[in-house]
Amino acid sequence: MKSFSFTIRDEIGIHARPAGMLVNKAKGTGSRVTLKKGDKTADASKLFSVMGLGVKCGDTVEISVEGGDEEAALAGMKEFFEANL
Amino acid sequence: MRIFIGKGVYGAIAIGKISVLHRGEAKVTRERVDDTAKEIERFRSAKKCALCELDTLYEKALPEVGEAGAQIFDIHRMMINDDDYNESVIGMIERQQINAEYAVALTSDNFEAMFSAMDDSYMQARAADVRDISERLIRTLSGGCGMDVPSANEKVIICADDLAPSETVSLDKSQVLAFVTAHGSANSHTAILARSMNIPAVIGVGDAFLSAVRDGDIAIVNGGAGEVTLSPDKHAILEAEKKRSEDHAAKKRLDELRGKENITLDGTKIKVFANIGGIDNIGAVLLNDAGGIGLFRSEFLYLESRDFPSEDEQFNVYKRVLESMAGKKVIIRTLDIGADKQVGYFGLKREENPALGLRAIRICLTRPEIFRTQLRALYRASVYGELGIMFPMITSESEIRQILEICADVRDELKREDIPISDEVEMGIMIETPASAIISDKLAPMVDFFSVGTNDLTQYTLACDRQNPQLEPFCDTHHEAVLRLIEQAANNAHANGKWIGICGELAADLTLTETFLRMGIDELSVSPSFVLKLRETIRSIDLRPHSDTTYLAQHTLPTGHPFI
Repeated sequence: MKSFSFTIRDEIGIHARPAGMLVNKAKGTGSRVTLKKGDKTADASKLFSVMGLGVKCGDTVEISVEGGDEEAALAGMKEFFEANL
Repeated sequence: MRIFIGKGVYGAIAIGKISVLHRGEAKVTRERVDDTAKEIERFRSAKKCALCELDTLYEKALPEVGEAGAQIFDIHRMMINDDDYNESVIGMIERQQINAEYAVALTSDNFEAMFSAMDDSYMQARAADVRDISERLIRTLSGGCGMDVPSANEKVIICADDLAPSETVSLDKSQVLAFVTAHGSANSHTAILARSMNIPAVIGVGDAFLSAVRDGDIAIVNGGAGEVTLSPDKHAILEAEKKRSEDHAAKKRLDELRGKENITLDGTKIKVFANIGGIDNIGAVLLNDAGGIGLFRSEFLYLESRDFPSEDEQFNVYKRVLESMAGKKVIIRTLDIGADKQVGYFGLKREENPALGLRAIRICLTRPEIFRTQLRALYRASVYGELGIMFPMITSESEIRQILEICADVRDELKREDIPISDEVEMGIMIETPASAIISDKLAPMVDFFSVGTNDLTQYTLACDRQNPQLEPFCDTHHEAVLRLIEQAANNAHANGKWIGICGELAADLTLTETFLRMGIDELSVSPSFVLKLRETIRSIDLRPHSDTTYLAQHTLPTGHPFI
């Protein structure tokens, strides 16, 4: 398992549209992608699960990937967060 | 007469009869199911049907509310496909042996409760989206159709407990004067849709309103103030009518300018074009009678894509714009992306100072393969209309030389492939760095036109980061340094027989229109909704000498100022 932390810069946090994009991206990696905020975790391939975390601007989330090509999945997720959140 | 206060969503006034929206609400009852496999199958086919409906809604919403608004239905599609939601419904059918409708209703309650409990008003508002998709599923399961939309032969004010985004879009716009809802938030997708449909709306007026209204009651909806006046007295109606007719008169005055020339009282003509950031704005460009497109931001092709947009994808978009504009000029700006407008797949490094970083033409010249793809698409599309290509962030002659070399190479390549291209594509550069304005005498002979990007030109000239609100007092958008640079570029363009336009925010600053006309600016490009306002201002200006006393009185510019 590999992971990284990211602090959200988008003003309204992970709202509906980026949550949808994130889910698509996570599903495309072939790895199990998990989002962690505080003691709550969410399966990044599930929209309601991601939105349910209520990630806001300034929150730090931990993103971890497991299985498949972890190296590539991690890079992909990093890129996604940098670009969109 | 009673006044109810809510949140105004779209600032306009409507006066008319109320029609209370009655939903054909499917009563969901719990029923025992023996064949759960069959019930699950029934749920799955209802889901398919609901997804189909959402596709249709998306298509209907697109021209009415644009891409961003229509995306709501994309989110709905994803919600219906959500794994947790589906597992919950299917699990309930299997374990509790209940009918699909009831399982959907229960699941919906759970997810709605989850969103309502969140401590963030934006997320709380998502409960309405969950309810919308669940009600859609239940309706499809029951084989029933949605709402009982009033079929009056006059326009009415639609009142409802709350409106789902899909209901808002489904309503026949020609029948709707205004929306009033008892619940809902300004963050709701419905509010966003009403705004982009230009329909006055007041939301969240409370339950007391719903119990007070009846079909046929007269009301005044003031979308600006967020007020609904129920059964208004004569005086209130007169006042609202006055305000409404003032609004209409202003709109009509502008409407009458459609088809008229952009000509000053003394006969000076100027072109007024429109800036757009995507193909869904073309309708607005034509509707507002713009003479062409002065700035088509091609970034959206890259921003809305997961990977580099292919040559064909780009070609199709450019072709569509050129064809839609039917022979009017279309100036497409090549990729203007940088660390402030990041696109993940570009793999750009984070920069300390993105505004001064690797952006726009600098990326294109560093990574010519990206640039060539865009240029090939542009040249291939050039035969479908009057194309101009514009390059952003220019600072030197050598950049232009490199660009022109690549362009010539791309043209040769296409000719070798027997692909037809137009020989009349105009090539221009943005004047948005002080450097380009200062050496505009050297740059003008190399290109066909200049277009001033005032936002960046101001930020670079005044050394003011435009993202930093603290700098506002230091960032004088009318700073003489900026205006002198524009004038210098204009003089150098004209001395070389080239034309110059302005496509930044200043183009829409009506207090500067006369200044720009006096500089001899040939074209102003503004957002589509501003075209007619600008035309109105141009038609009121008189550039003849001795008639400009008001101009001088309004502009206390230092003596020896170059454009007086």
